[in-house]
Amino acid sequence: MANKFQSIETKHYAERDAFFEGLKKLDRRAFMRVAGISAGIVAGMGKLTPNSFQLVNVAEAQGEKPKFSFAYISDTHLYENKLNDRFVRAILKAVDDVNALDPQPDFVLFGGDLAQLGQAGELKLGAQILKSVKAPIKMMVGEHDWFLDMGELWKDLFGAPNYSFDHKGVHFVVLNSIHEKDFWTERKLSPMERMKIVAGLDNGIQSRFEVGAEQRQWLQNDLAKVAKTTPVIVFSHSPLYKYYKPWNFWTDDADEVQAILKPYEKVTVIHGHTHQLLSNRIGNISFHGMLSTAWPWPYAPEGLPSLTVPMNRADPFSQFDGCGDGRMDVLESGLVDKLYNLWQRDPITVRSAYLGSGGKQSAPPKPKLPTY
Amino acid sequence: MNLRMKLLVVPCAALSFAGGVALATSPETKAEPLPKHVLPASKDGNLVLGLCDGETSMEVPGVKDGQKLTRAQAITATAQLMDDWRKKNPNANWDDVPGPVLAQATPPAAKKSPPPAPQPNPGAKPAGNDVRQGGVGAQTGASAVPQQQKANLQTGHTYGAYSERDEQVWAASVQETVKEGHRVFHDAEALGGTVGVSCDMCHPDGANTHPETYPKYQVQLGRTALLRDMINWCIENPVRGKPLADGDPKMRAMEAYIYAQRKGVKLEYGKH
Ligand SMILES: [Fe+2]
Ligand SMILES: [Fe+2]
Repeated sequence: MANKFQSIETKHYAERDAFFEGLKKLDRRAFMRVAGISAGIVAGMGKLTPNSFQLVNVAEAQGEKPKFSFAYISDTHLYENKLNDRFVRAILKAVDDVNALDPQPDFVLFGGDLAQLGQAGELKLGAQILKSVKAPIKMMVGEHDWFLDMGELWKDLFGAPNYSFDHKGVHFVVLNSIHEKDFWTERKLSPMERMKIVAGLDNGIQSRFEVGAEQRQWLQNDLAKVAKTTPVIVFSHSPLYKYYKPWNFWTDDADEVQAILKPYEKVTVIHGHTHQLLSNRIGNISFHGMLSTAWPWPYAPEGLPSLTVPMNRADPFSQFDGCGDGRMDVLESGLVDKLYNLWQRDPITVRSAYLGSGGKQSAPPKPKLPTY
Repeated sequence: MNLRMKLLVVPCAALSFAGGVALATSPETKAEPLPKHVLPASKDGNLVLGLCDGETSMEVPGVKDGQKLTRAQAITATAQLMDDWRKKNPNANWDDVPGPVLAQATPPAAKKSPPPAPQPNPGAKPAGNDVRQGGVGAQTGASAVPQQQKANLQTGHTYGAYSERDEQVWAASVQETVKEGHRVFHDAEALGGTVGVSCDMCHPDGANTHPETYPKYQVQLGRTALLRDMINWCIENPVRGKPLADGDPKMRAMEAYIYAQRKGVKLEYGKH
């Protein structure tokens, strides 16, 4: 492109950046005046500065006060830097984002798919980069990390893929929900062939994701000691419900897992893998998808949960559009407001009240550009 | 009528069919050129006409290369070419174009008979639905034609005289191109990429490529774009490869794959 053409989006962001630059130099009275005058731009204002989301609390003061917050970075899909530095730059941007949060989050969830093809150079590069995150990191595994060596190196680097912990009155569970039934032995596939098949979202040779009987039993045992009134937040790479099977936006034993979670009054599932704004509510369980730093997936042709307010389709001319990171505010009630920090757009918050009311309250803004 | 033009009077489906096979059997190599009919030059500098069988040709006496034929001369010439073709292919299927008078007539039962004399203007004199059995074989689907006639279908039209088997062969040929497109679409190296990125990484099953909206004004490019312009944009940018020429077999195959994913979707060119 080399600046030969400048998209209207680029111009918009340039203007917006200039606007926010100007804002920094204003006192509060002047801020309000400018805000009043620039109503058009202000739709996205008062919410954030262009490249971080520190001011979000200002605009969200009317919402329920969070008890604590945690941030996330997910689906970075790293190649080694010498092959492709684009995804590396993206994770660095996300690390800068979470490190710039003020106040700092209690911890940062990594949502899985750290690597693109599970290779040592990719996983180690990711581990190295994540070391510069200031807050503690909670790691979760994705299928791109797993299927080259079936998790060997990942476990060496980050420990057990499923675990639980308690934090400020909330019980957290991290699952490895990307198990697949063996499709490789019979076909005599090499580890890299197996990895590449799993890495292909639309590759139908692979099996569907599952938590598996063994881990479901572990989950059952883990939750046995948790009071039904204790808020439970589950981290899972796959969605833990059935969205679109051909792309493995799917967890085969989702019904069984949901049944285990059902007795608990306040359950939130935070999942990766789908690289898009995605919200769902099944019974007592609220589901939130995470953004990827690497690329957004289009919405599947069918199966989109009715509560999802989809995001505008991404601008193919913008490397970071549709990508981002985010933050979860855990409210006093134990429910979660999910902030999508979209890098090239205004942020979007999906509130617990929205999902809890079946979409009647606090609806997030509607998209202008649907996916095809 | 112009110099050295081919008269499109004889089964052209056979010609395009041959082209389809060439593509189907060599999707990964350069597309083979379509067969070309090289016409012999006239010693006297006369106009030479070729028939679309790719073999038959004739000189038009008294008309020099570069001169135009009158309508009457053209009719005489086409009749002669047709006659030559019938002599060379006595058993071939040929549905004469029925005249308007017989358009509603009940077609006669298929019969075997020597080819009728060439008609200078087949449309002027009703030739009937002279569909013969046998001949060049299954390719032309002749055996299916009488059945179609019984089904009260419009007949006497060589262009439409193909069988289910033909359709299967053609569909397989298309599918071969689509399959090749699927391969390229999913393979960073085949795309000429240098950063390990392939199309499917952002467009599983070709999703969100919306080929039905092209051509459209591509705001980011500041001009009207075709689907292939966007394919090339992606090849150059996220994929970091070199753009493909319009006629590149990989480009053609990817277009085929992308369109194949959108079967049944309403065509809405220009949509944003
Ligand atoms: Fe991912
Ligand atoms: Fe994934």
